[in-house]
Amino acid sequence: MSVSATLERLPAEPRQESPGQGISILNPHGASSAPSASGAPQASRISVAAHAANSPLEGRFRFHWFGLLTVAAWSLLGAITLAWPNAPAGFEDWVYTAEFGIAALAVAALLAFFTISASIRIGFLQGANALFRHGAPWIAVSALLLTLWEILTAKTGALPPPFFAPPSSLIEVYVGDYARLADSAYNSVKLLLEGVAWGAAVGFTIGVSIGWSRTVNYWVHPILRFLGPLPPTALLPIAFFFFPSSHAASVFLIALATGFPVAILSWSGVAGVNKAYYDVARTMGASECFLIFRVAIPAALPQVFVGLFMGFGASFVVLIVAEMMGVKSGLGWYLTWAQGYAAYVNMYGALIVMTIIFSSLISLLFTVRDRVLVWQKGIVKW
Amino acid sequence: MVGATAKKPLPEENTTNAAAHAASRIRVEQVSHGFDAPDGRLDVLEDVDLDVAPGEFVALLGPSGCGKSTLLRLVAGLEPASAGAISQDGAPITRPDPSRIVVFQDPTLFPWRTVWDNVALGLQAQNILKQEKGRVDAALRKVGLESFAKAYPHQLSGGMAQRAALARALVNNPKLLILDEPLGKLDSLTRLEMQGELVSLWQKNGFSVLLVTHDVEEALFLAQRVVIFSPRPAKIVTEIAVDRPYPRHRDDPVLTSLRHEVLNRLGLGKSW
Repeated sequence: MSVSATLERLPAEPRQESPGQGISILNPHGASSAPSASGAPQASRISVAAHAANSPLEGRFRFHWFGLLTVAAWSLLGAITLAWPNAPAGFEDWVYTAEFGIAALAVAALLAFFTISASIRIGFLQGANALFRHGAPWIAVSALLLTLWEILTAKTGALPPPFFAPPSSLIEVYVGDYARLADSAYNSVKLLLEGVAWGAAVGFTIGVSIGWSRTVNYWVHPILRFLGPLPPTALLPIAFFFFPSSHAASVFLIALATGFPVAILSWSGVAGVNKAYYDVARTMGASECFLIFRVAIPAALPQVFVGLFMGFGASFVVLIVAEMMGVKSGLGWYLTWAQGYAAYVNMYGALIVMTIIFSSLISLLFTVRDRVLVWQKGIVKW
Repeated sequence: MVGATAKKPLPEENTTNAAAHAASRIRVEQVSHGFDAPDGRLDVLEDVDLDVAPGEFVALLGPSGCGKSTLLRLVAGLEPASAGAISQDGAPITRPDPSRIVVFQDPTLFPWRTVWDNVALGLQAQNILKQEKGRVDAALRKVGLESFAKAYPHQLSGGMAQRAALARALVNNPKLLILDEPLGKLDSLTRLEMQGELVSLWQKNGFSVLLVTHDVEEALFLAQRVVIFSPRPAKIVTEIAVDRPYPRHRDDPVLTSLRHEVLNRLGLGKSW
């Protein structure tokens, strides 16, 4: 209800604010002998025009109060970081405190610029302004959370060092251990994508085959049902023993973790295709090949993507465990390595990198899905 | 028979020479069909004999669930008949063929394809899409959907979707169009409109038509011959020739009296 109701209410505003105009609109309508069917749209057109004529005078400048709040929040973070001395941490002082504070103030300055830009609506920054308006609450809240984090760790020591580190100290990890961290991230992504690619390809093929062929279904389905629920991580020790390298073993296990949900959902997708689609295609002379690749698979793709999302999630688990257990590089390895040196700050740094990588990969998959399943727009939302 | 006037035209005379090329003769001889149901055999069709002349428009009318749609599936070649023979121009029908296209009650457009790609389906399945792209545009023009070529099926109204399904059938230049209650799910206004369009498509293209419908008026408005089936297992009760010129008028008194007769044959005469 609400959308249409608001839309109806909007053009009515100027009429209420300036009665003179309202009368001039209503008058011809009431006095004329013209049939109301043609009069009504005319009246509404005039009222919209009146609204449009008013808006540049009133609406050109609208101060963006939430923008001001973001500036305040980031200034607060900078001020507290700089002005409040760090609590003694039992060893040398946290590094990069001053740099962090200055960076926060710089961000505050940038946000101040955008607040002004969004308020006076600078034309060529329209896109950035819209983005800023949309994100302002989050920008403000994240600064407050960072402030709280900084206070609880560096400023008061309520969360004791070395297990807890302030956000400012993370800079040290990224500046000081840049090479090792980047190398680990690169190796993790490489290993992950290799395993996921194999798993998705094999799982998809198996799933479609089971869904299509009764013979394949008879032989492969029980195996899938029996072995599928086994967590791939349970196979880690054996896999490291059987495979020539820990890399190959990890690729296999990641592929297994990805492949299982992809296979199950591809299968259910193909098995659930509306049988009438096959009838339609068959009466038009479609071959079996056409039925599989042009009917069954496209119809099953939405399900396949659900499987891919599940498989991706499972693959992250296996990747990190495999790297913690045997692979001599990657972010999982970095975590155990940092733990061994009690370098907790590095662990936080690696965890943040991990989060960024994994969520980016999932976002990427969402983008691919939206491209491939563009026809679903307006049918399904998930 | 009421409505069968002095000169009952022979089916061959109905069609022009040009149209005869594009139309098939369908012969259904002594066809019986049944399914294996959990509690024994389910007989659906019994000794059905039916002849469709090239270019003829035949409507099959009967109580719901009597097996008319099954007969259509057999004629389309989607299933083999349990007994009897079905032939197209003398050759037995053993499997589906693009010369006999079915339009179902549901448009069954592929939701992942645009309207254009849906219409192109048959040509693509026959591997001739590249050479024959123009036929897709022509088919869309025939049903008035050329401006919706890039739309997806979920963006179409029920009537537009069924039009797209018709275009998808017409693009194959079928010699027999098999219509399984194609207008059954449309609202009544759209149905009336599309009935007129079906007639003009049939007249322009000259193919034979086999139409299953529940709607007595629709059958009489469209078809040259109405075949009435009994309840399951379906047998042919009678055939009624509708010898009226096209375009027909719904208030044509001949059609009204024919409707009376048809309803009588269906056992619904008293309600009139």
